[in-house]
Amino acid sequence: MSSGFLRNRLYREAMKTRHNIQLFFGLLFLFLTVTIGTLKAEENKINVTEIIAEHLADSYEWHITKWGDKEISIHLPIIVKSRTSGWHVFSSSQVSHGATYKGFHIPHEGSHAGKLTEHNSTGEEVRPAIDISLTKNAVGLIMNCLLLLLIILPLARWYKRGEQQAPKGFKGAVELLITYVLDEIIKPCVGEEYRKYATFLLTVFFFIFISNLMGLMPFFPGGANITGNIAVTMFLALCTFVVVNISGTKEYWKEILWPDVPSWLKVPLPIMPLIELFGVFTKPFALMIRLFANIMAGHAVILGLVCVIFISVTMGAAINSGMSVVAVLFGIFMNFLELLVAFIQAYVFTLLSSVFINMARVKHHG
Amino acid sequence: MSLLIPDTGLLFWMALSFGIMFFILAKFGFPVITKAVEKRSAYIHDSLDAARKAEEQLATIRQQADAILAQAHGERNTILSEAQETKTMIVKKAREEADTEARRRLSKAWDDIEISKKKALNELRKDVAGISVRIAEKVIGEHLKDDHKQQEFINKLLAEEIKI
Repeated sequence: MSSGFLRNRLYREAMKTRHNIQLFFGLLFLFLTVTIGTLKAEENKINVTEIIAEHLADSYEWHITKWGDKEISIHLPIIVKSRTSGWHVFSSSQVSHGATYKGFHIPHEGSHAGKLTEHNSTGEEVRPAIDISLTKNAVGLIMNCLLLLLIILPLARWYKRGEQQAPKGFKGAVELLITYVLDEIIKPCVGEEYRKYATFLLTVFFFIFISNLMGLMPFFPGGANITGNIAVTMFLALCTFVVVNISGTKEYWKEILWPDVPSWLKVPLPIMPLIELFGVFTKPFALMIRLFANIMAGHAVILGLVCVIFISVTMGAAINSGMSVVAVLFGIFMNFLELLVAFIQAYVFTLLSSVFINMARVKHHG
Repeated sequence: MSLLIPDTGLLFWMALSFGIMFFILAKFGFPVITKAVEKRSAYIHDSLDAARKAEEQLATIRQQADAILAQAHGERNTILSEAQETKTMIVKKAREEADTEARRRLSKAWDDIEISKKKALNELRKDVAGISVRIAEKVIGEHLKDDHKQQEFINKLLAEEIKI
């Protein structure tokens, strides 16, 4: 979530007609944003849906802040294979603000809004054949992975050195979380064979947890909406799907393809096998949607609450101040809630993955 | 809505970075930590067990020591009382012995005295008889015919005369 970005963008728009009518109230809410005091409604209305959608979506550049009149943003590399002219690698600054570079540009509306497009041989606007640009989410993703390595590896090194004592400080906290996940989720849910799956499940837990927390951070190293991106959650769910079905025992497949139900449910129409087979896919699908929807919705709500401040500017100083107080209080509340959700969603994803693995490792009972 | 359509480019980066991260963590990260933590918890468990056992042993040893001490106390007391008894017995015995010895000596002395007295008396009697006879001879001036009868008579007289 990048409410910082949002704030600055709105600030930029509102600065055109600057008035000092709310300076008193502005000081009150200084900790949230210094912009309130000088904001004045603009002629053109703020499109909340667009703003929120834009912030939840991926982008080719990482906007950090605006300093005076200067935009500070990181232009990330675009890596594309054109349908006509092969591979291209260039900075996203070449196509910012609607510019066209080597036939590529980013449209602001239409079905490919916000995505790099080119014109094919018939002149239609299409996506390039391959677009593996290091977008904001891709960079955030890599940074989160590096961060996770930076958190986990020092602890591993501590033990590699042959330390017998428990580590102190941050390492101790990390170890606490690892043992918590191991003892409270993985061991009881996976069962006896937990050791084989512990690394995968721990990696998934920590990746989701860190990405969630980083997503809550409204400024640069954080702010990328990673676990609220369906590609990311899809990959995580896919991993669980693969692990679960690779670990499937004979009994597991038997329960799917030839379940223990009256035979008229199996022949001639394989009703139950179909339902069971469907379940194999719905489980990871639910994992994917649950994580994506929870994180995305949380970000959307916080963005919406911040937007309330800027929408209510048109309603006069009194209402704007009142609404600002409410929005800030709710914003704080939502941020705390999202901290909780960040943990719960990582917990739930790991827990359900563990349970699915356990169900796949079913032994012949009786 | 584009939010619901997974982006292939991001999927690629996700697969790549997550894959590499998973590989590194699986090789150098989590297994090392989980193994070490399990080893340590096993060590703690064992240490606690050992401590509990040591404590139990200590308690039994302490009990044994207490028992030994109590036994020693008892023995000391019996020895002391026995010594006391022996002492009193020895004293008593010595006193008794001394007593009996004294009594024996006393009675022996008395006997000796008695015998000596009798002897002396007899000798005295004989001497007195002779003296008397001689005195009588001298008095009468002649020897008595029947010596034997004379002697008897004198003895009788002596017995009347000398009464002890």
